[in-house]
Amino acid sequence: MLVVTNLDVFYGRIHAVRRASLHVGKGEIVALIGGNGAGKTTILSTVSGLIRPREGSLTFDGHDLGRTRPEKVVRLGLSHVPEGRRIFKPMSVGDNLLLGAFHRAKFGRRALLDQDLDAVYALFPKLAERRAQAAGTLSGGEQQMLAIGRALMARPRMLLLDEPGMGLAPNIMSEIFRHIRALRDEMALTVLLVEQNAKQALRIADRGYVLETGRIILQGPAEELTENRDVQRAYLGREQDGQA
Amino acid sequence: MIFEPEYECMPRAELAQLQLERLQATLTRVARNVPLYRARFEAAGIDPDEFRSLDDVKRLPFTTKADIRDNYPYGLFAVPLREVVRLQASSGTTGKPTVVGYTKNDVKRWARMAARLLAAGGVTKDDLVQVALTYGLFTGGFGFHYGAETLGASVIPASSGGTKRQIMIMQDYRTTVLICTPSYALNLADTMDEMGVNANSLSLRWGLFGAESWSEGMRQEIESRLKLTATDNYGISEVMGPGVAGECLEKNGLHVNEDHFLLEVVHPASGEAVAPGEVGELVLTSLTKEAFPVIRFRTGDLTRLLPGVCPCGRTLARIGRLLGRTDDMLIIRGVNVFPSQVEAILTEVEGVQPHYLIVVDRGPDHLDTATVQVEADPRLFVDDRVGAQEEIIRRLQKRLSSELGVSFAVKLVEPKSLTRSEGKARRVVDKRSI
Repeated sequence: MLVVTNLDVFYGRIHAVRRASLHVGKGEIVALIGGNGAGKTTILSTVSGLIRPREGSLTFDGHDLGRTRPEKVVRLGLSHVPEGRRIFKPMSVGDNLLLGAFHRAKFGRRALLDQDLDAVYALFPKLAERRAQAAGTLSGGEQQMLAIGRALMARPRMLLLDEPGMGLAPNIMSEIFRHIRALRDEMALTVLLVEQNAKQALRIADRGYVLETGRIILQGPAEELTENRDVQRAYLGREQDGQA
Repeated sequence: MIFEPEYECMPRAELAQLQLERLQATLTRVARNVPLYRARFEAAGIDPDEFRSLDDVKRLPFTTKADIRDNYPYGLFAVPLREVVRLQASSGTTGKPTVVGYTKNDVKRWARMAARLLAAGGVTKDDLVQVALTYGLFTGGFGFHYGAETLGASVIPASSGGTKRQIMIMQDYRTTVLICTPSYALNLADTMDEMGVNANSLSLRWGLFGAESWSEGMRQEIESRLKLTATDNYGISEVMGPGVAGECLEKNGLHVNEDHFLLEVVHPASGEAVAPGEVGELVLTSLTKEAFPVIRFRTGDLTRLLPGVCPCGRTLARIGRLLGRTDDMLIIRGVNVFPSQVEAILTEVEGVQPHYLIVVDRGPDHLDTATVQVEADPRLFVDDRVGAQEEIIRRLQKRLSSELGVSFAVKLVEPKSLTRSEGKARRVVDKRSI
């Protein structure tokens, strides 16, 4: 569905992503894992058109994304849930969600959008309870649900999720990850997920890529990466044998 | 049945993307972790981060068996030994063994690749698989053992040797799948004849044979004598073991597990790629191995890439029957001859068995002489049927010289007079080098 080949991205003179190649098949959950500054977010932002690559090709269902504007990328069916949620805190939960369908808003479409709103509320009952509340009053986990719900309002076929677990308590994080899994299992969404918490990410992902200083150094099925000692040492917080 | 259709039947474009991703990660890793590759890349001015297409692999230096021996035993491992869960060694067909390590992931992946081959050869979880390959440092036994378990079949780890015991197991356990070398399969058939065991009374249905080159004629003989469907498979200890490639029931070439190995066919002397479909040396680059990755490994095995799409549904490329080893190649009076070519002719001529030995020597005139000793049908030794013997010798000599371009002396020997192998058969004695 998404195919990235030999991607090079620069921030000024900093070579943030080096010759990265990756793909995400329809209905897959793929995790990009790696430390801070490894280039994970840069790859997501390049896919959603927020950053332009220096070199390399990006295609989504055959469409070339390399020169596509972000709003066009959303229309193609790719929605980005940014790091730090980026919700509009003074606005109500309901209005935040509607903003996700901004590009679909047209006179006479309200009924359709209401249907989609109901679908998101069904998925996240907590948002329904608080639909009239200001988004800033939500807990961290609820804000993350709101950010995902907002992305769903664009009726995407694929979600780009940037650090959905960031700053959340472990049990809340697990809940969010269960939701992500459900999006794939029940709504047939394809997911590309960036996450520092490799353990959580690999638990729900089918496959993963490990980034280090802008390079993909490992890739493979999630269960293989979980078993890989380099990944365990660097990202899964497991001590080396005998030194625990 | 296709064990992993999501990979074995992958559209070629998707496979190419997967191979590229895996090759890029492999090169980055070996350049970091294996001193030999790091030094080679530096010497050749190769930046492993600059590989942008599968074709770029042609710029990389080859890795040879000698490189592995020079770094004996652990020098080419890409992970610390503590991460290795298994060690195996090459069977030493040619020279000193080489040591290969496997991580937990490597062992699992290997098992799945062997399971693919078994499934392609007709085996299902309902089968009883008798693995009559050596268990030990040699990869054959364990490779198929774990493959069959992964498939869910019942494994009988008979290992090699004890031919009568093997037959007893086949009878009593009702073995449905036999896995051994092709020469040992014929050895089993001979022993069954001696014991008066009728192959029809056995439950054998499928046979997977490999570890040495064999001919189509030999396949037909094995199939008719053991009453099973025989498929060919390929593996090489330095690269992994069995599971690199295997035939499906079309019996028309071996599908290479290309999602795990990048294959090239090169001219043995120049190292340049041969034209598509031409015979050359198989060169393999591992794409997923963790403990012992190999980059452009010269297998020494001769084969060719087969054109076209296989009707079985697999999109994985096929290589032809292995024709022998580059170092098996005999140069007799300047002509290249492979034992497999001799064997193919022997299986097509009436009156002889495919048990043979090629003896090459240098005559008093300093010219090479080649003799094929071949076992004749027992009937030919009854009542001194000299005329019939001479007729067969004449026919064989004519075909050998016209098809191979060099003349051979032919000597008929009594049935079972040549040494039988329980593993890989020894087919050549070259006295010129002694």
